[in-house]
Amino acid sequence: MTVLVLAEHDLGHLSPATARIVAAAEQLGTVDVLVAGHDVSGVAAEASEIAGVARVLVADSDALAALAPDALVGLLLPLSERYTHIVAAAAATGRDAIPRLAAKLDLMPVTDVIAIHGPGRFDRPIYAGNAIETVSSGQPKQLLTIRASAFRPAATGNAAPIEPLLPTVGTVTKFLADYRTEGDLPDLGTAQIVVAGGVSFGSAEKFALVADLAKALGAAVGATRAAVDAGYAPNDWQVGQTGKIVAPDLYIGIGVSGALQHLAGIQGAKKIIAINKDPEAPLMKIADYALVGDLFEIVPALIEALKR
Amino acid sequence: MKILVAVKRVIDHAVRVRVKPDGSGVETANVRMSMNPFDKHAVEAAVQLVEAGAATEIVVVSIGPKQSTDVILTAMAMGGHRGILIETEARVETLAVAKLLRAVVAEEAPDLVLLGKQAVDDDSNQVGQMLAGLLDWPQATFASEITVVDGGLEVTREVDYGRATVSVPLPAIVTADLRLNEPRNAALPMVMKARSKPLAVRPVAEFGVDVTPRLTIEKVSPPAERPGGKLVGSADELIAALKGELSELEAL
Ligand SMILES: Cc1cc2nc3c(=O)[nH]c(=O)nc-3n(C[C@H](O)[C@H](O)[C@H](O)COP(=O)(O)OP(=O)(O)OC[C@H]3O[C@@H](n4cnc5c(N)ncnc54)[C@H](O)[C@@H]3O)c2cc1C
Ligand SMILES: Nc1ncnc2c1ncn2[C@@H]1O[C@H](COP(=O)(O)O)[C@@H](O)[C@H]1O
Repeated sequence: MTVLVLAEHDLGHLSPATARIVAAAEQLGTVDVLVAGHDVSGVAAEASEIAGVARVLVADSDALAALAPDALVGLLLPLSERYTHIVAAAAATGRDAIPRLAAKLDLMPVTDVIAIHGPGRFDRPIYAGNAIETVSSGQPKQLLTIRASAFRPAATGNAAPIEPLLPTVGTVTKFLADYRTEGDLPDLGTAQIVVAGGVSFGSAEKFALVADLAKALGAAVGATRAAVDAGYAPNDWQVGQTGKIVAPDLYIGIGVSGALQHLAGIQGAKKIIAINKDPEAPLMKIADYALVGDLFEIVPALIEALKR
Repeated sequence: MKILVAVKRVIDHAVRVRVKPDGSGVETANVRMSMNPFDKHAVEAAVQLVEAGAATEIVVVSIGPKQSTDVILTAMAMGGHRGILIETEARVETLAVAKLLRAVVAEEAPDLVLLGKQAVDDDSNQVGQMLAGLLDWPQATFASEITVVDGGLEVTREVDYGRATVSVPLPAIVTADLRLNEPRNAALPMVMKARSKPLAVRPVAEFGVDVTPRLTIEKVSPPAERPGGKLVGSADELIAALKGELSELEAL
């Protein structure tokens, strides 16, 4: 069994998700990592340090700079012949490319894998995580996206050989602009602690309380869809069925009702703290610690106490 | 511009689904069904393009059982012009859905296919990308903004780091995210009018696509239960609990 893992990276750095995908992929066979992009030698060096990686393949090309799915699939198609499994994180790049590649290979992909039971047997959540489906595939090749949060990261300390590829790919997609959320907060998808706020904060200014508490804890910030829709938080903070999936050791939900689409994103949290004025809110029902009260009083008190 | 919109009939997003005790699937008897929420945003986007004079015709297509005419009618009440139901009672995997949509694209020759980013039953997030692959068309997935610019589209996409704007030439595939627009609720006269719009019901066999599933669903299980549910009495108690958890994390 040979596995090709598509590395996730951004701004010249490997995403912390990749070490988790490699650890998952090791259950399937020998792991090669593909780093595709433009000016990605630093990313390739980071990938070669991940334990369990046999080789790092680097495809450096202008056409791959924005990881346009048509270019990426053009790269993956010929490479795929050599592998029994092609795997990516269930994140923006993999979600975009893996199904497209699957269709071109006339294969059914399995997306959002949360458990691997064998080379062709996987668990995946359906209905916003309210059910888990166990599927098996007898197809000659498996194309997967894997939820990084469901697997522990592989160790580092490796020095896998780095092999350049000479990609001849093109894209009709033109990259125009990106809009990033500034800040040095930890990566939401792999953070150990996540503090999430809901729409009840009432304004972007007041939502800053969430970030203040997160800073005091060294945590990542999350938000509900309602808070994002209201413009209090950027879209990349959204946690849930249509946002990011988190699996921190500690999740703190403040003024978050716990709609099933939000809960879909936090099922992997080890401990949950909920603060809400409504004791009947669904998140309060599943929290390990639930405090009934007004967030505008409680959150500043928490921040104060943590500073002491 | 001619637009094809794909809509799926799913268990309503507000229903808390229950796994059947025998593990064969989820309870669907007497459960409220409706149009996949993302597909409403796709339909709305199409209607807005017509209203802006950028498009002239919207063809709505759904694959599923006879009752899926409901979601096609909803889409036509919102402003779709014609409907096609590809009728089947069987489970149709995303690859087969994409192949059936390719067949409809071959018949209808649209300039743009709009889909939802994911269907909230299987949460696959696959069909748009697969259709784009089958057709060798560009794709702009997870769209939160669509603008028509001479012969192509500028699409703002929701990605992991925030948002990215790309331009793609037509014909293209676009999948809708929830922040793309506010889907309208069709007023009663529009619902009545939709009933007189053409809706072709065609058996899946007509399309010559092999829809045999590739994956076996071995079982469907409920997620792990959370024990949870401990009320703490005061902010001080919560702070103590929080500090306890933090020191445990540090010990790791
Ligand atoms: C297809 C689909 C996908 C979706 N995907 C997502 C997703 O990915 N992520 C997501 O989060 N949502 C998602 N949603 C939306 C989801 O259904 C809920 O609407 C949303 O999560 C609610 O956000 P909220 O908890 O901020 O707001 P609300 O549900 O309005 O809850 C606000 C809470 O704040 C409490 N509160 C108010 N004032 C105070 C105060 N002063 N102090 C303390 N507590 C207070 C209230 O008691 C209440 O519990 C999706 C919906 C659909 C249809
Ligand atoms: N049976 C179907 N009929 C029509 N459209 C579908 C069907 N299944 C999926 N789609 C479309 O493909 C999108 C993505 O679905 P999925 O890949 O299954 O998550 C949906 O939002 C629909 O627009």
